[in-house]
Amino acid sequence: MTLHRRTLVQVLSLIVLLVLWQAAAMVVRDRVLPPPIVVFDVMIAGFQDGEIPYNIGITLLRVAASFTLAMLIGVAFGIAMGRNRGLDRFFDGWLVLFLNVPALVTIILCYVWFGLGEVAAISAVAINKIPNVVVTLREGARALNPDYTEMAQVFRLNRVKTLRHVVLPQLFPFVAASARSGLALIWKIVLVVELLGRSNGVGFELHTLFQLFDVAGILAYTLTFVAVVQLIEIGLLQPLERRANQWRR
Amino acid sequence: MAPLSQLEINIRQKLFPSVGEAPAHAALRNLQMNLRGSEFVCVLGPSGCGKTTLLNCIAGLDRDFDGRIVLPSVHGRAQPAIGYVFQNPRLLPWRTVIENVELVLDSSDSNRSQVEELLTVTGLQPFRHTYPARLSLGLERRVALVRAFAIEPDVLLMDEPFVSLDEPTAQRLRSLLLQVWQDRPTTVVFVTHDLREAIQLADRLLLLSPAPGTVLADIRIDIARDQRYDPAAVEAFRTRLIRDNPLFHRDF
Repeated sequence: MTLHRRTLVQVLSLIVLLVLWQAAAMVVRDRVLPPPIVVFDVMIAGFQDGEIPYNIGITLLRVAASFTLAMLIGVAFGIAMGRNRGLDRFFDGWLVLFLNVPALVTIILCYVWFGLGEVAAISAVAINKIPNVVVTLREGARALNPDYTEMAQVFRLNRVKTLRHVVLPQLFPFVAASARSGLALIWKIVLVVELLGRSNGVGFELHTLFQLFDVAGILAYTLTFVAVVQLIEIGLLQPLERRANQWRR
Repeated sequence: MAPLSQLEINIRQKLFPSVGEAPAHAALRNLQMNLRGSEFVCVLGPSGCGKTTLLNCIAGLDRDFDGRIVLPSVHGRAQPAIGYVFQNPRLLPWRTVIENVELVLDSSDSNRSQVEELLTVTGLQPFRHTYPARLSLGLERRVALVRAFAIEPDVLLMDEPFVSLDEPTAQRLRSLLLQVWQDRPTTVVFVTHDLREAIQLADRLLLLSPAPGTVLADIRIDIARDQRYDPAAVEAFRTRLIRDNPLFHRDF
């Protein structure tokens, strides 16, 4: 019942937004603010000629590649720094530096050093995200419960078993948190990377549409992309998190 | 036939180095004990006398001490298996009862049927797929007990495993422990500060001094195993012990 009501409220609020948009478009009466129906038409056309699915697909592949890379490297470094004081001291300065380098600088430097290619694009995005993952996972690794570590040691669990069944479950909330914030950050940076140095993908398309002042096209891409990201969040990340948390009371 | 293997403990000194303002602390000094195979020994002492430290040294969790500990290896394994029932059950909250027990088994272990039997004896079968957060402390401690016995330990270490339970529950668990141990004899070092509990459970009782802990008294408990459940027998032994031995003052 309450769930229904919540959905109802959400749908209603979206309708209100659409109405406001429509009203604003009617007041402005210019192609810089097209009404919802025009954007919808552009969207349909984009799907019919395959442009939108193609570019979103390309962008999602880049998101997936850099997300995986950033999570793997970030989690490994985070655990290592959380467990080893020497490593932590040594790399802490690097971490502060990388956390504060603007995304744009990393992107430009990667393109300059590695050329305008896929490797540079994906590395640039991953490098932007890795420090955040490291910081979150380092906190998690510092908070590991020594009681469980001792239990694993006394009962002679091997390294793999200890990592998989004792350590990682404790780190899961931290991995989940950085995965969620990571996805939100990464897909935005991927667009910038595409805008600056790729010849396909949503970022590149937005750049082209911007040069044509095609606001309807820009909104069509944006809304589709937001919907896709939401679907990933609801359809993939949330169920995964629910499953991993079922032991909690 | 009495098993020959035994547990030999000889700790000249266990020192915790000074941290900041706190001075160095000698937890154990000149502590010797020898346990026969399948002997049940209770280590009794005031709080802070190094009982848990002693168990951690035996378990290999703390190797930073001056001395030597020889562990028995009864089942022909390369390394002796140690079962440890911690004061806090230390079950992994993201694993069910059965998953917690299965985690500590070797994949090669053929003792799955043992586990089933242990779960049945301890009344845990209805809870086998339950997560620890939904168990009472008493039930969690049964799981910890099953986990420790499941690996067929060469040495079983128990650190006040029945504290902060109400007395009837603690009593039920003590009976359960005796029952399980008599079916699967193993060398036990059981730490407690409860004299009645020690008398009820142990073959031998070792009294530790305040820190640095050393063995003050070594007392054989000659109550027959089938009379251990009789509170009067335990009480009589206790009264006699307190009367005859000035070390056991009123605190116990």
